[in-house]
Amino acid sequence: MDDPLLPHEAEVAEYIRESAGIFTLRLRFRDPAVHAGYRFAPGQFNMLYLYGAGEVPISVVSDPLDDTLFDHTIRALGRVTRGFAQLRAADRLGIRGPYGRGWPLDQARGRDVVIITGGLGCAPAVSLINYIVRRREEFGRLVIMQGVKHADDLIWAERYRRWSQMAQTQVVVAADVGTPLWPWQVGHVTDFIGQAHIDARKTIVMMCGPEGMMRAAVGGLQAYGLPESAVWLSMERSMQCAVGRCGHCQIGGKFVCKDGPVFNYPQVRELLAVRGL
Amino acid sequence: MEAGFLQHGRFQALLDVLHGCGYRCIGPQVRDGAIVYDALSTCRELPQGVRDLQSAGSYRLERTSGLRYFGWANGLQALKPMVFAPEETLWRVQRADDGALRFSASRPSFANLAVIGVRACDLAALALLDRHFLGTAVADPCYAARRSGMFLVAVHCSDPSGSCFCASTGDGPQASGGFDLALSELDEGFIVETGSARGADTVAGLGLEPVTASQRDAAARQIDTARARQRRGLPSRDLRAALVSNPEHPRWEQVAQRCLACGNCTSVCPTCFCHAVCDSMELDGSAGAHARIWDSCFTAGHSQIHGLTVRPDTRTRYRQWLTHKLGSWHEQFGRSGCVGCGRCISWCPAGIDITEEAAAICSGSSDG
Repeated sequence: MDDPLLPHEAEVAEYIRESAGIFTLRLRFRDPAVHAGYRFAPGQFNMLYLYGAGEVPISVVSDPLDDTLFDHTIRALGRVTRGFAQLRAADRLGIRGPYGRGWPLDQARGRDVVIITGGLGCAPAVSLINYIVRRREEFGRLVIMQGVKHADDLIWAERYRRWSQMAQTQVVVAADVGTPLWPWQVGHVTDFIGQAHIDARKTIVMMCGPEGMMRAAVGGLQAYGLPESAVWLSMERSMQCAVGRCGHCQIGGKFVCKDGPVFNYPQVRELLAVRGL
Repeated sequence: MEAGFLQHGRFQALLDVLHGCGYRCIGPQVRDGAIVYDALSTCRELPQGVRDLQSAGSYRLERTSGLRYFGWANGLQALKPMVFAPEETLWRVQRADDGALRFSASRPSFANLAVIGVRACDLAALALLDRHFLGTAVADPCYAARRSGMFLVAVHCSDPSGSCFCASTGDGPQASGGFDLALSELDEGFIVETGSARGADTVAGLGLEPVTASQRDAAARQIDTARARQRRGLPSRDLRAALVSNPEHPRWEQVAQRCLACGNCTSVCPTCFCHAVCDSMELDGSAGAHARIWDSCFTAGHSQIHGLTVRPDTRTRYRQWLTHKLGSWHEQFGRSGCVGCGRCISWCPAGIDITEEAAAICSGSSDG
């Protein structure tokens, strides 16, 4: 019987240190048939198993058409992710996935895209930005809004600078706490939505980050008259099984792992409004 | 379909047939002052002449002068632990000297269980668990292995406890389906109904007698009485709207003052399915295992993500339990997650009554 919970053996092809505490694992399945059959969409995630320690859900950040390797950018935060930080090329781990519903890229094609993220190296959004940047001509204006708590938290500063120099692309980075040489904004990223020059008739918004940030962003977007159905967000909850059975990821009647993690805003409007759900 | 009448003194013959078919019989028995399911070899182990006195925060057994085997409402567990084990290994992994990992699925050892004395509420709960663990594209293999081959002998409920409210949820006292055999226990014996072909095969050789009209009447009357005797009830079978519109009702805080967040309710609930995973490793580091273990939405860990406990207090955890059970279950499974067994009421050390809390919150008044 097909076992939905059984990992496949994978190996680290390359380990990239992104910043202190943040790293990317470039992976391949050991079984070529498994690797060849593996497909994912931006916004989906895998369950990564560290030998003896446990599993964690992590977004896939690489390009879905790159069939050589798939990448996970991870922050060393907990017992398992700190263990992953110790892995090196040729080390083994277990992978099962992909899971969940990714970003609505088909709907985004031909439209202006606004991506709002908060928090540190928000991986689901990184996969999205990379996807659009590699297919830039298929999309309209691109606005990337990234909020961080502290200026020092911004990883990939060089990428943001590069993206900001692309045609038809606007980058807004904001830190709650700035530093003397911080070249971007200081404040909540959602305070700057007014600067995004959104055309409500042809824009789709995709966001990911703390729920408070997303609530504030929705407020800011309403000033443009953007329809709620044009807003998509990636939710975060504890996920232990990834197949809608363990119950941890529930928010209202939704299982974030299989009904999400990406939701259309009207699907979760009432749920987002209640604290502690 | 009515199959016939089995004299009380011949009940062992039914067990013998099931044993003969290769089933491992499980039946209700008295252990440490409560009724539990355990391996059953003879009908003498059944709780004959026993009744249960249940109310909020209380479960007591009492001797009666009767000879019935099933003159009580329910024990502390339904069928849940038999299909969804409290703890079980899902897979194992071996690590070779070069670091290579080999994963292999773990399956429960195969035993065809025949469960005797299943209640209508328990069958309704089992149907819900089936939907959760089997009703998607890929079935849960461990659940499927335990569930397949399970033979269910229901007994219609004649003696509801003070905690029961299956009449209000529509799940009892009469079992309406999902069984292989269903029995109506009368003082002199059992009316036997079949619910499946294998159920019919099982009783074909038992030499059942014809059922008399008065036996049929007596069985129907005791179901009516069992329904009428229930004093508790939920305000409605669909409380979604009322619960969703009252997330800040002061009653949530009031119940949180009483609730110990111990998780007894989720453990005895026949439909609660939350489970955590747990990884372990052999001492020599050569192999590991990945297991699941029942979890409860009343724990802090249940809603923890890095740097945040989404439901930080008992108020939000009780609210999650009740709004899921009676509200969002409709969205997920097309019906409420409560089958009216009353276990969460009896086994709550604080005596919190789900029907009272639901009524208070759904009435909309702030002090219930």
